[in-house]
Formats: sequence, structure tokens, C-alpha cells
Amino acid sequence: MSVPLPPGLQLEKFEEDDKIMTLNVGPQHPGSGHMRLIIRVDGDYIVSCDPDPGYVHRGEEKMAEYRNYILNIPHLERPVIHDSCNILYPYVLGVEELLGLEVPERAKYVRVIAAELNRLSYTLYWLAIYGIFLGHSTMFMWPVGDRELAIDLLDKLTGARVTHSYFVPGGIRNDFPANFEDVCIRQVNYLKKRLKTYGDIFYDNPILISRTEDTGILSREDAIRLGTTGSVLRASGVDFDVRTKEPYDAYEELDIHTNVLKKGDSYDRSKVPWLDMLESCNIIKQALEKMPKSGSVRVKLKPNPKGGDDEVYKRVESGRGSLGVYIVSRSKPEPYRLKLSVGSFRNLICLPYLLKGEKLGNMPAVYWGLNYWPVEADR
Amino acid sequence: MSSSDTDTKTETKEKETTQTKPVVVETTPAEKGPELPKFEKDLSNKITEKFGSKTEIAFVKPDRVRVNVKKEDIINVASYIRDELNFDHAESVTGVDFPNDKEIEVVYHLGSYTDPKLARQVLSLATRTTREDNPNPGNDSTRLPSLRDIFYSVEFHERECFEMLGVYFEGHPDNRRLLLPEDWADIPPLRKDFAIKGR
Repeated sequence: MSVPLPPGLQLEKFEEDDKIMTLNVGPQHPGSGHMRLIIRVDGDYIVSCDPDPGYVHRGEEKMAEYRNYILNIPHLERPVIHDSCNILYPYVLGVEELLGLEVPERAKYVRVIAAELNRLSYTLYWLAIYGIFLGHSTMFMWPVGDRELAIDLLDKLTGARVTHSYFVPGGIRNDFPANFEDVCIRQVNYLKKRLKTYGDIFYDNPILISRTEDTGILSREDAIRLGTTGSVLRASGVDFDVRTKEPYDAYEELDIHTNVLKKGDSYDRSKVPWLDMLESCNIIKQALEKMPKSGSVRVKLKPNPKGGDDEVYKRVESGRGSLGVYIVSRSKPEPYRLKLSVGSFRNLICLPYLLKGEKLGNMPAVYWGLNYWPVEADR
Repeated sequence: MSSSDTDTKTETKEKETTQTKPVVVETTPAEKGPELPKFEKDLSNKITEKFGSKTEIAFVKPDRVRVNVKKEDIINVASYIRDELNFDHAESVTGVDFPNDKEIEVVYHLGSYTDPKLARQVLSLATRTTREDNPNPGNDSTRLPSLRDIFYSVEFHERECFEMLGVYFEGHPDNRRLLLPEDWADIPPLRKDFAIKGR
């Protein structure tokens, strides 16, 4: 071969025996999101895969060290703007523990409703992308259209369509607008009816089943060993959901069913989020029934609050799995160190493992089945 | 007998404080003393019984236990935590820079999927290594043994910690950059002396 190129510039390369070819998937390829996969193929089969994230790294953790606990709210939700309530949730819970705040009962329920609506809007977005990359364009149109229902509700509730900044330490920013309960229950009932039709058109579709069944099988033992989380873990037969195992806020009082599937292939991984969405509709309806009908939604904070010499690790169940925030406080208004442990980053480790020996054409089914969001993984 | 006495005392204390104080309640460290959660206390006792003075229990809170160890002992303690206490995966690996102590701390948050009793628990295992003022990641004394052979799930977390704080993990098969660009030539960005412009 001629003069070797520097490692970052190689687009495709044959190795010595002209059998193994190295391919770059991404970072601009629409099928990979903002990340690069360096894939070595032998004919049609993948020999190895080396994920290379970091194209949308924004240094959220470093930025958080320069801003106080309130100013951190808007920028910490940026990694996943369409799941912004859930990414703020552990941060807000952690700050409340550091400052010793007691959240009013009504605010706990409103938070649960906002978080579940956000899970719906995130998962529908993910399902739309999953559908279009498997060549099912109806499954792109329908979720994007139905997602408007959840977004409209969140818009009414928080005033913004995607970046809500709704949760604050000590409660939520504002109470329900007038007549919200009725609109919410009506739209959620309709959404649930729509979601059930997805089963007929998508999950029972023989073409989808033939493409995703038995591809990228992750066994129960490997799912635990690799420390996966969220839908990837539950599709492999592990019954773990932070909402039921370590309930926070009002989830303690609600009856939540955890959806667990056994096989651990790409089909199961795509089905668990859909079942979770149906469960989210039930949770919202339960929360609306059980919540106190009046009361304050926020406790007053001192200006520029300081935490003690303490540390806290809080986790919640986001759309992509367990989302943990570790805050180290050193008696200052700013956190000394803030770490986001996100589900996407934790699930990334199984990508090289799952793609090995798989056909190149199955790459999108495996990659998008992981419920991976590159911006969140890079932070 | 004595324990039940202390329990009732603390309960009455709590009631009084919640009634008298305004809405903004601040926790004082003195309240923590007598009422340690039992399950978590058992967990930390098991570790101290096995390793004695090699480990230091930093705190025992509801669902959270933190264990500090020296870097020479971390492999043994981590193996014990995995094999005997049934923690099976790492949730996160965090590096924290302490320039005043000239040390960098690495905290492993460990959880369990297999043992239903441990589902609520997150055990923090922390260790410290020396910090150099002029870092040369990979070639200086900022080193720790890797836990990748014990908890396979730390692989990418340790890679991130290496590039962000310059902690080289000995025994890690793949100590490459992960998030930062290949041509990054500055000091590791999550160290405290790396300043953001204009701040």
C-alpha cells in the first residue's frame, strides 16, 4: 500500500491480506447519530467495532462547577432536551438532600406527571427514528404526530415545548394551569389508544420481526456483567427499574408494573420502551387521581444556597435507563464536582460486544435498539 | 435495651424540630449520630471485620455507604465486595481533583442487579492517588490499579476518567482517549487548574 494516512483521516482501508476492510460509520452518517463507529468487516460480517463518541462533548460537568445550584438548571438539561425533566430529576433530588429541603406533597405528584409525559415524548421520538432506520416510514410519521399530544401538554404545563427547566430544588416552578387535569386525562387516553395500534402495524409486522429477531442477542448474565441499564437490561430478563426498586417522590405511592422480556434480542429491546409508554399512561392517570387537589408546590429558597461538606448520589429512571447524579459539595454555592452517570454512556459498552459477528446490514437495528442518545453520552 | 431508648429519644427530637422550625429545614451533622440504618450498618461492619484498619467507612446513610481504601488494597476490597457482598456492576466512576491535598480521588459507585435485597443500595468505593502539578497523563505517578477485571462495566468509565483527570489505570487493556479530540494537547480538563475562559 502507499503512504499511510494519519489515523483520523482513514475512510476505508484494506488490511494486509485484502480480506478485512475498515469502515467508518459516522460521525455525519445519519444512521449513527453524532458518533463514529469504526467497524472492521470481513465481507458482510462485522469482525470488530470500536465506538468513538465525543463529537458533541460540551463539558457539562466542568460548566456545573462554575455556576450555583439554581443557575445549573437550564444547562444541565441540554444533553437530552426532549427528556429534560428526567435528566434534571436526580440533580434536583440531590440538591434537595444537600440543602435539607422538604418538597410539598402536591409538587411530588406534579413532578411524576411531568416526568412521565416527558418519557412519552422522548420515547416516541426514539421510536420514530428506530422506525425510519428500519425502513418503516409509517412508524416515523405516526410517533412524530402523536408526540405532539405529549408536547402540547408539557407546553401548557411548563411554557416550553422541549427545554422545560421545570423542576427546581424545593418543588416545581408553577402549578397546573386552569383545567389541566381534564385536558391531560383526555389526551393521555387518546394517546394510549394510538399506542396500542402501533402493536398491529409495527410490532406484529413480519418484516420487522424478520429483521430484528435473533439479532444482537444479549444474555442475562452479560447484561448484568456489562452494567447495562434501562430497556436494554429489562429486555434481557432482569427486573430492575429505579421507579420500583428505589422509588423517589410520589412513585412510592403508585402501582407500577415493570415490563421484562426474556430473549434479549433487538426485537425485545425495541418492544420494552413501547410497553413502558403504555405503563406511563397508567402512571399519569393514577397520579392525577391520587394527587392532593390543592396546596403549595414549592418551598422558598434562600438566595444563593450553600450545601455543607457533603456528597450525594441520586438516581432516577429516565427514558434511557438509570440516570445518576453525584454531587460533591464543599460549603460553597457552586458544586465542587458534579458527575452525570447517564444511561446512554453505560449502554455504549455493549455495542462492540453485540455487533461482533453480526451482518453489516443489521447494524442500525442493533445500534438504535440500544436506545442510545449520542448527545447525552458525550455530555 | 439501650438502643430502643436512644431510638425513642431521637424520634421525639425530630418531632420537636419539625414543629418549631420554618419551612426551610437545614440538616445538622449531629443528627446523624445515633440513628444509623441497620442494613447499611451491617454492610459496612462486614467490610470492617474483613479488612480492619485497611478500610475507612466514611459515612453510612440510608441506602448509601461509602468506603475509603488505599490504592494498594482496592483490588482485594473490590473482589470481596463482588464475591461476598454480591455487588455486580459499576454505575459510575468519578474522578475528583483535590489540588490542596495534592491528590486525585476516584469514586466507584457500585450497585447490584442480582440480589433483590441490595436493589436500593449504592456502595461508593473511593481511593486516592498522588497528583502532579505538571501532568503528563500516562507517564507520571498519577496511577491506580484498574478494576476492569473485577467489574467489567467500568471499562468506558475508566477511559473517561483517564482523559478527563489524567489518572492512568494500570491493567486496563485500552487506555485511549474517549470523548476528547485526538489532538487535545492541554492539561486534563476536569482538573481544577484548567480554567474556563472568562470565568
